[in-house]
Amino acid sequence: MTLAGLLSQLLQVAIALLLAPILIGWVNMCRAWLQNKRAPSLLLPYRTIHKLFTKDAVIAENASPIFRVTPYIVFGAMCCAAAIVPSLATALPFASAADAIALVGLFALARVFIALAAMDIGTSFGSLGARREMFIGFLAEPALLMVLFTASLISGSTSLPTIVDTLAHRELAIYPSLAFAGVAFTMVSLAENARIPIDNPATHLELTMIHEAMVLEYSARHLALLEWASALKLFNYSCIGLALFFPFGIAEGTNGLAMLGAAPALVVKLAIGGALLALIETLSAKLRIFRAPEFLGTAFLLAVLGMLVHLLLGS
Amino acid sequence: MTTIPIGHQLINLFAAILLLLAFAMLAQRRVVSLVNLFAAQGLVLALSTAVVAYTTQQPHLYESAALTLALKVMLLPWLLHRLVRKLDVRWEFEGLINIPATMLIGIVLVVFSFNLALPISQLASTVTRATLGIAMASVMLAFLMMITRRKAIPQVIGFLAMENGLFFAATSATYGMPMVVELGVALDVLVGMLILGVFFFQIREQFDSLDLKHLEKLKE
Repeated sequence: MTLAGLLSQLLQVAIALLLAPILIGWVNMCRAWLQNKRAPSLLLPYRTIHKLFTKDAVIAENASPIFRVTPYIVFGAMCCAAAIVPSLATALPFASAADAIALVGLFALARVFIALAAMDIGTSFGSLGARREMFIGFLAEPALLMVLFTASLISGSTSLPTIVDTLAHRELAIYPSLAFAGVAFTMVSLAENARIPIDNPATHLELTMIHEAMVLEYSARHLALLEWASALKLFNYSCIGLALFFPFGIAEGTNGLAMLGAAPALVVKLAIGGALLALIETLSAKLRIFRAPEFLGTAFLLAVLGMLVHLLLGS
Repeated sequence: MTTIPIGHQLINLFAAILLLLAFAMLAQRRVVSLVNLFAAQGLVLALSTAVVAYTTQQPHLYESAALTLALKVMLLPWLLHRLVRKLDVRWEFEGLINIPATMLIGIVLVVFSFNLALPISQLASTVTRATLGIAMASVMLAFLMMITRRKAIPQVIGFLAMENGLFFAATSATYGMPMVVELGVALDVLVGMLILGVFFFQIREQFDSLDLKHLEKLKE
C-alpha cells in the first residue's frame, strides 16, 4: 500500500463523512421546496449532530452491552462501506478488501445489530421496529444482490472497482438490463434507507415508523452516531447507484488531481440524485406495511428480469 | 465488446419492454389500467415490427405493423373500454393467487421459456432470433394471467395478450407470417372479441356477476 493510496483512501472516507449530512439536508431542503414550505438550512443535520454530541447520554437501566456498542458498530460498518464503494476513485487500496457481495453483508451486519439493540431494551416500539426492519431487509436484500449480479454479469467480476471500470468504458449502447437493474436499485434504496414509500423518515407516528422506532431509546452521542450512520447509508447507496449506472467522472487510479476533479462531479451527481429522491418522496404516498412485499417483490422481479434479459439478449 | 447496430438495440429494448408490460399486466388489479397496458403492449409491438421491417428491408412487415397499430392499439382497446363502461366493472379483486406469488411463478415461467427458446433460436437465422425467448415468455405470462384471474374481462385481455406474444414470436423467428394468415388472425381476434363481448352480457344476465367460477355450476 503506497502513501498516496492511503491518503486518497482517507480523502474519500473524509469526503463521505462530510457530505453525508449535507446530502440529507439537501434532500430535506428540496422536499420542503416541493411542498411550498420554507426550507430548513442545508447544515441543519450538522447542527443536530453537534447538539447531540454535547448532551449527556441517558441509557435504560436494563440495557445490555449490545445496546451501548451498537451505535459504534453501525457507524463503523457505514464508514467501512464508504471506504469500499468507489465514489471518487476506483483504484483505492481498501476497495479490494470486499466485493459487492461482502458489501451487502456489511449492510446486513449493521442492520442485525441495530435490530438487536432495539429489542434489547424490551420496549414494545423497539421490538416492533426491529421486526419490521428485518421484514423489509429480508425482502430487499435478494433484490439488491440481483441488481449487483446483473452488473457483475456485464462486467464479469463482482468487485465494484472492476464493474465501474468496465461500465465506464463500454460502448454507448442501450442496455435494457441495466435500465431494469437501475429501477430495481432505486426501489431497493428507497426501502433500505427508510424513505417514503416504505417508511417515513420525518414521522414519529407510532403505527407507521420503522427506523425511528428502533432508535427511539437512544440519546445524545449514541443517537448522533446513528443519525450520522443513516446519513452515511444514504450516501453509500447513492454512490453505489451512481457508480453502477452513471460511472462517468470517477477518477481511475489514485491520482490526487484526478480525484480533485472527481469530487465536483460527485457533488453534482449527488445533488441531482437528492433532488430526484425528494421528488419521488413528494409524489408518492407511504405504503401500508403489508404492501411492502409487493413493492419489493416488484424490485426483485425487475432485477431478475434485468439479469435474464442480459443473459438472453447479451445487452 | 462488439458494437451492436442501433436497429438491433432498439429491437432488444422493445422486447424487454414487452416482457416488462407482460409482468405489469400480470400484477395489475384494475381493469381500466389493464386495458391501457394492453394498448401499450400493442404499441410496443407495432414499433418493434416497424423497426424489424426497417432493419431487414421487409416491406410487408410495415403492413402488419400498421395492422397491429390499427387493431390492437385503437380498435380493441376502444371496444374493451366501452365494454368496461357498459358492464360497469372498474375494479377487479385479488386473483386466485396473491400478486407476489404470481410474479414469482412468472419468473419461473420466464426462465423456462428462455431455456426452451435457446435451441430453437440457435437454428433460426434471423437477426431477431434472440427475442424469441421473450416472445415465448410473453405467451406463457398471458397464459398465467388467464389462469389466475377469476373475472371474464381480464381473462379475455390475457387471451389477447397471448395473441400479441404469438405475433411477436412470428416476427422474431421468421420475420412475420404471410399476409393472408396475418389478416386471418387479426379478423379472428376481432370477431372473437365481439362474440366474447356479447358473451359477457349473457354471463352477467345469467349469474349477476362476471365471476367465471359460476360457470362451474353449469355442469349437470
